[in-house]
Amino acid sequence: MIRFAPIFPVLALLGFLSLPSQALASDDAAGGDYQKAVAGLASDNRQTIIESLDAIARLGDPRALPALDALQDRRLKYDAKGRALIVAKDERAAVDAVTGENYAGPLDALSDPPVNNLVRQHISAVLSSLALRSPDPEQRLAAARELADRPVESAREGLGKALAAETDGRVKSLLEQTLAQIDLKSPDKAARLAAIRAIGRSGNSDFLPALRQVADRQNKSDPLNADGEITEAATRAIASLERRDLVVRAARDLFFGASLGSVLLLAALGLAITFGLMGVINMAHGEMLMIGAYVAYVVQEFFSSHFPNYADWYLPAAIPLAFATAAVVGMLLERTIIRHLYGRPLETLLATWGISLCLIQTVRLIFGAQNVEVRNPAWLSGGFEVVRGLTLTYNRIGIIVFVVFVVVLTWLLLNRTPLGLSIRAVTQARSTASAMGIFTSKVDMWTFGLGSGIAGLGGVALTQVGNVGPELGQSYIVDSFMVVVLGGVGKLAGTIFGALGLGFINKFLEPFSGAVLGKIIVLVLVVVFIQKRPQGIFALKGRTAD
Amino acid sequence: MAKNSTSLLSPAAWTAFGIAATALVLVVPVLNLALPATSAVHVPDYLIALMGKFLCYAIVALAIDLIWGFTGILSLGHGLFFALGGYAMGMHLMRAIAGEGVYRSELPDFMVFLDWKELPWYWHGFEHFWFAMLMAVLVPGVFALVFGFFAFRSRIKGVYFSIITQAMTYAAMLLFFRNNTGFGGNNGLTDFKHILGFSLLEPATKAGLYAASALALAGTFLLCRFVTVSKLGRVLTAIRDAESRVMFSGYDPLRYKLFVWTLSAVLCGIAGALYVPQVGIINPSEMHPGNSIEMAIWAAVGGRGTLVGPIIGAWLVNGAKSVFTVAFPDLWLYFLGAIFIATTLFLPDGLVGLGRFLSGRKKRPNRDRS
Repeated sequence: MIRFAPIFPVLALLGFLSLPSQALASDDAAGGDYQKAVAGLASDNRQTIIESLDAIARLGDPRALPALDALQDRRLKYDAKGRALIVAKDERAAVDAVTGENYAGPLDALSDPPVNNLVRQHISAVLSSLALRSPDPEQRLAAARELADRPVESAREGLGKALAAETDGRVKSLLEQTLAQIDLKSPDKAARLAAIRAIGRSGNSDFLPALRQVADRQNKSDPLNADGEITEAATRAIASLERRDLVVRAARDLFFGASLGSVLLLAALGLAITFGLMGVINMAHGEMLMIGAYVAYVVQEFFSSHFPNYADWYLPAAIPLAFATAAVVGMLLERTIIRHLYGRPLETLLATWGISLCLIQTVRLIFGAQNVEVRNPAWLSGGFEVVRGLTLTYNRIGIIVFVVFVVVLTWLLLNRTPLGLSIRAVTQARSTASAMGIFTSKVDMWTFGLGSGIAGLGGVALTQVGNVGPELGQSYIVDSFMVVVLGGVGKLAGTIFGALGLGFINKFLEPFSGAVLGKIIVLVLVVVFIQKRPQGIFALKGRTAD
Repeated sequence: MAKNSTSLLSPAAWTAFGIAATALVLVVPVLNLALPATSAVHVPDYLIALMGKFLCYAIVALAIDLIWGFTGILSLGHGLFFALGGYAMGMHLMRAIAGEGVYRSELPDFMVFLDWKELPWYWHGFEHFWFAMLMAVLVPGVFALVFGFFAFRSRIKGVYFSIITQAMTYAAMLLFFRNNTGFGGNNGLTDFKHILGFSLLEPATKAGLYAASALALAGTFLLCRFVTVSKLGRVLTAIRDAESRVMFSGYDPLRYKLFVWTLSAVLCGIAGALYVPQVGIINPSEMHPGNSIEMAIWAAVGGRGTLVGPIIGAWLVNGAKSVFTVAFPDLWLYFLGAIFIATTLFLPDGLVGLGRFLSGRKKRPNRDRS
């Protein structure tokens, strides 16, 4: 959640201050109270200051804002007669805080009221409760958030009034929660019961510790804790919050698992296709991801220097370019090196590792060893909150959509085009396909380009969720191998299941065992799994004996 | 390789072996210790440390050759076994300085830092040198045995086995990176002071460790030779060339593969245990998958399926690394990458194969169809 600095309500109110003061002033009967409260702000007694702040909160009079602002900035002082004075920001003049008259005396003779953290807390609470009367719902929302973070008992009355007048649903629910949080400690049984129910309804698990305290019968310091009705209500509210929490967490894991799985899928898809076709593990495959990511970076830089107005649209331009660049690099590698190693898969593995070292070093020399920054375009930043605690970010949604798109395209390519037919034929029976007139060597080249290109697309997707650096590919390569092992080769469905499965397992294990241990468990599971199904989930039925 | 010979080495080879072993084990340390630094043939201390490291690497290269060159199984996880042996030695060295650390605690410094009150159970026993050495052999050995049993039983082979072993060392690296695992996390084990009562800073201790490594290498060489010329070795080669046919002939490849895989892991563990006191640190980055792949290329550069080749390869590649990373740090990765590519493309039999080819001897039949 975004946290607002305490100064925020002050800024928010600047516009609001310019309104005619008569319209906002409280009724004249309260005038005396108001003057007393403002005068009390500049006191040598901390208790008096806090009481005055609470009084202002109760009155809810925006005229007190300049004085509050000054108190926060240590510009509120008092003279020998105890008059409260607001010193101007340039420290050359001062005005009376109550009457607004100019002050003629010497400024360096004024004294400071003793402001400490406790006082500051009260100031920001008062500022927030004043801001609750702003006509702008956004400002009210910000103020309500501020208050919800630091509920102060003295603001209760003002909050009740603000709640009654509130029309905006979001502000209303926040205010209700804040009120409930204050009432949770109330000595009044009815108020506390109402607060417990309100918290139970709110579904906000941040209140769990406070609720547990209320439910605790051993807590002797609070007489109401012995009350069966209260503890029962609290226990029920806790149970409902915890249930809800569990569901929200499961949904969040599902979402993150899906997005992690999608990235893995893009990384592993090309690997699985080339491995299935040629029996070759391409250790430089991770570097195709890296190339894609750096292409996105270059395109972004190009856009922001040449078309700054369209800088946010670098991403659509980067996608085909990343595909093309990675595909060309992949085909070049296939033609120059990998082609000569057919039938020697272990050596291919080592040679491609050598290639990956060279590619990493090249990128390091061009772009430096540091990570480069690829920004999320505006239309991919942020997210929407489905329910409290579950925010679906647009960049991850974007990746999931993109991956679905790429997978569909790949499926069409493999199943509905002549090239796809050749790829499938060579994967299933290379020599037969060759005998039937398929140029297996050309198919190899195009397939390698396709696989590398898909990895390049994966690289573009990665820029939106992760760091872009020369080592980027290396961190994904082991995971994408595991996807291939898990999913088997030659079937798109196997890779999809493998990637999503790994993504989900990873995310679901994380809360229980931590990210690292989760990863280790996954690797152990994969090793155990291939005991049972050495060919992966979806084995391609064939006649090869090896 | 001597043809069909069941004797360990031919007389000429024994002579060559004797000369090389004496030079490495005896002459170099003597040149280091007995001669003044001004002497032209004096071996400086840094060279002793460097060569000591290379000797350990050569043992690893031999171990990889045994499993890859002779049995056709490419492991990308040997760095793990090396590190396990190293950690066993490191744990002993940490226990040896109990009470001498920064915090003057009986516990290793990193445990004090983590606010641990007592030794985890798996640290017990490491105060004894013999126990640590036993563990340096047993831990990699038993782990390899279990892992290999499951992998070979389900007939995982070829690149599948390679990437599974890579995942294995990667997982172990992640595990050791955690502070809670109890092996010093990121920083690993370091700040060693003495071994068996000898200060690790003394040139004599260093020369001694070097000599021990040289002896271990000589022993490993003879052991590998013994294995490869035996009947067992011939079955291993047969598994490399045509595993199915070996099976159909009534042999069970599982047991042979398991044996050589475990032996290879144990050799790596020994190399790691010798390596750690010489470099003074062991940390999880030794288990990085990249390290294990680099180990495989040592064997490939020298020549797989020979025993001299991997030793030469380990020395050449690491010598080049020492030169390059100092003189042209930007070019080292290019050079290493080029070694990988050039070796696999142009030197399938490594430098030894190239030497044979140049000296006009018949090229061995192309055997690698794994």
